[in-house]
Amino acid sequence: MARKSRLHIPRPSARPGDKPDFSYLNLAPAGSVDKPALDARTRDIEHLSSGLVRVLDEKHQAVGPWNPGLDASQLQIALRWMLLNRIFDKRMWQIQRQGRISFYMEALGEEAVSVAQAMALRPGDMCFPSYRNQALFMYRGLKLVDMMCQCLSNTRDMCKGRQLPVMYHGKAANIFSISGNLATQYPHAVGWAMASAIKGEDHIAASWVGDGSTAEADFHHALTFAAVYQAPVILNIVNNQWAISTFQGFAGGERRSFAARGLGLGIPGIRVDGNDLLAIYAVTVWAAERARRGGGPTLIELVTYRAGAHSTSDDPSKYRPKDEYKAFPLGDPIERLKQHLISIGHWSESKHEQLEAELKAEVLAAWKEAQQYGTMTEGPFLDPASMFDDIYATTPAHLESQRRYMQEIEGS
Amino acid sequence: MAQMNMVEAIRSALDVMLDKDPNVIILGEDVGYFGGVFRCTDGLQRKFGEHRVIDAPIAEGGIIGAAIGMGINGLRPVAEIQFADYIYPGFDQIVSELARIRYRSSGDFFSPVTIRTPCGGGIRGGQTHSQSPEAIFAHVTGIRSVMPSNPYDAKGLLISAIECDDPVVFFEPKRIYNGPFDGDPNKPAVSWASHPKGEVPQGYYTVPLDRAEIVVAGDELTIVTYGTLVHVAKAAAEEVGVRAEIIDVRSLSPLDVSTLANSVNKTGRCLIAHEATRFAGYGAELAARIQKECFYNLEAPISRIAGWDTPYPHAFEWQYFPGKKRVANGIRKIMGEG
Repeated sequence: MARKSRLHIPRPSARPGDKPDFSYLNLAPAGSVDKPALDARTRDIEHLSSGLVRVLDEKHQAVGPWNPGLDASQLQIALRWMLLNRIFDKRMWQIQRQGRISFYMEALGEEAVSVAQAMALRPGDMCFPSYRNQALFMYRGLKLVDMMCQCLSNTRDMCKGRQLPVMYHGKAANIFSISGNLATQYPHAVGWAMASAIKGEDHIAASWVGDGSTAEADFHHALTFAAVYQAPVILNIVNNQWAISTFQGFAGGERRSFAARGLGLGIPGIRVDGNDLLAIYAVTVWAAERARRGGGPTLIELVTYRAGAHSTSDDPSKYRPKDEYKAFPLGDPIERLKQHLISIGHWSESKHEQLEAELKAEVLAAWKEAQQYGTMTEGPFLDPASMFDDIYATTPAHLESQRRYMQEIEGS
Repeated sequence: MAQMNMVEAIRSALDVMLDKDPNVIILGEDVGYFGGVFRCTDGLQRKFGEHRVIDAPIAEGGIIGAAIGMGINGLRPVAEIQFADYIYPGFDQIVSELARIRYRSSGDFFSPVTIRTPCGGGIRGGQTHSQSPEAIFAHVTGIRSVMPSNPYDAKGLLISAIECDDPVVFFEPKRIYNGPFDGDPNKPAVSWASHPKGEVPQGYYTVPLDRAEIVVAGDELTIVTYGTLVHVAKAAAEEVGVRAEIIDVRSLSPLDVSTLANSVNKTGRCLIAHEATRFAGYGAELAARIQKECFYNLEAPISRIAGWDTPYPHAFEWQYFPGKKRVANGIRKIMGEG
């Protein structure tokens, strides 16, 4: 050890031009982590926060105590949603590149997170998502055309043109509005869960943040409140290794796992293979059941990789090796589930191709329909006067007066 | 009717609402077992239980964030921030979330949180227990900002705030919790018992959230003020011997412009008085609006009396506080006598 203090600046294992190096990731073979009882004390299961729950092994078999035993048809459904998420994202990305929407964010490589967790939760459970959880919305019944209309800020936009693309919400689907500010939804989920407990209901809440956003104060507020009141909530950290250009070390991930963040407060943490749909599903069901039985919150770290750019506004080749994704040791979530289904005799390459073609057609049809409700350049357009609505429960005089003046000036 | 000071009136409002609506809950530091550092929630946990009146960790951002989540789940949380000076860790949750949820979700979601917070100086609180940050919140669209100046209004406005589907930041001028204060710290304390607004109904009633009130009618000058300064302004006008119309703004945002404008159009003179710092303060908005509505009837420039643009110093509290002398000077100047 040096004999004077020093300022440590975290550095990722590889920058552009370097060979990708994921040796920093603590991995464990599938099936090697035990599955504790639902009422296990946090102090007895601390090891779950440093281990890695995996079900799918290198030979694509489902193994170990966390194998949730989903049947083939459920797995095919999961595969369908992940694939839909990917195809939807790819189309929307192209649409943004064509200048037809202003912005987009894809979930490439992280699709298993939202799909597995949507499957594991009940419809009455409330979701407080981040901006890469689009599959939650899809799984819970939002129409693709409505999601596209949101991205277009057109006449059918659920947000009436007030939000950046991808900041969806789903009242009927029990999914809260995406903020655009980071981690603010975390304490909301805890408060929602506290209210559920106050009312004596057995609905739980779930929220998602990225590894980078765990540095926000709201993350820590949420953990404290969740622990103090034993709120029935699942707090997820999607550790996709990158927060725009800074790697997870800049959120404090160099020396300890993100799943361990709650241990000091007595919140159990589980580190799970975020590209293994079966493992995510099993861990989420465990945490949900524990919460529903009064066991309080669980912190889940989903270890995955952001295969795409942060958003359409950044170029990842400027800050990380171009082919880093290919070297990620946990592979690709869709490919892994697909190979598992093939290996158990319930899927094939040709069925996969057929499904892809179907989903592409579905997305294309939705896009055609969405444009009928207006695009950025062609009407019908939203009435700008609507910008003065929904600020208060009833619109106060000064806003009505500004609305009238705006209409006068704009000639509408 | 009963005699109540402002603390009792606020407690009575909370009591009435906890009783009336099972979705009302209270969340804040020391609000439960102890009953609040200013005693506003004294006895409420005993009466309504630990699930309704909840002691919170010392994390204002967490209190407001959790309250927002509760509101989304159908509750009507009343969050207490122990001093307005402590509210800033929750500022992002108020500005980026609470104020915007209805808007960004096109009305699909909203969270009817009321945030109660004691503000203002005059209690030897130094620069971290004396601030009046109302202008910062009045600037934020999507929330209402309210500051009562007496027990009757405090109870009626707080009930309105809790019942309102909009988020409300409810500022409680703590110097006048126990009695009206005319700005002279050397005089013996006066209790609310001697003030007509210390008479408060014991049950449910409301005071509207969007109305200013003419506290004293007059025709020579309009003094637009709120909070503790309502009482200071009244004393100062009496000292100068001017027939001032004194208006208590009460609801800072949205603002009742017409009550203000009607008065100034009548008197032709307007003095604005608040305890908060002057620069880009709430008085600037008042002056701009009144100037626009009343320009052709003004006989003197609109003038402002405010706290100095310094932090609130512990040792020089009474030199900082815009007391009777400063307000009286302002009145004389605007009347052309200064």
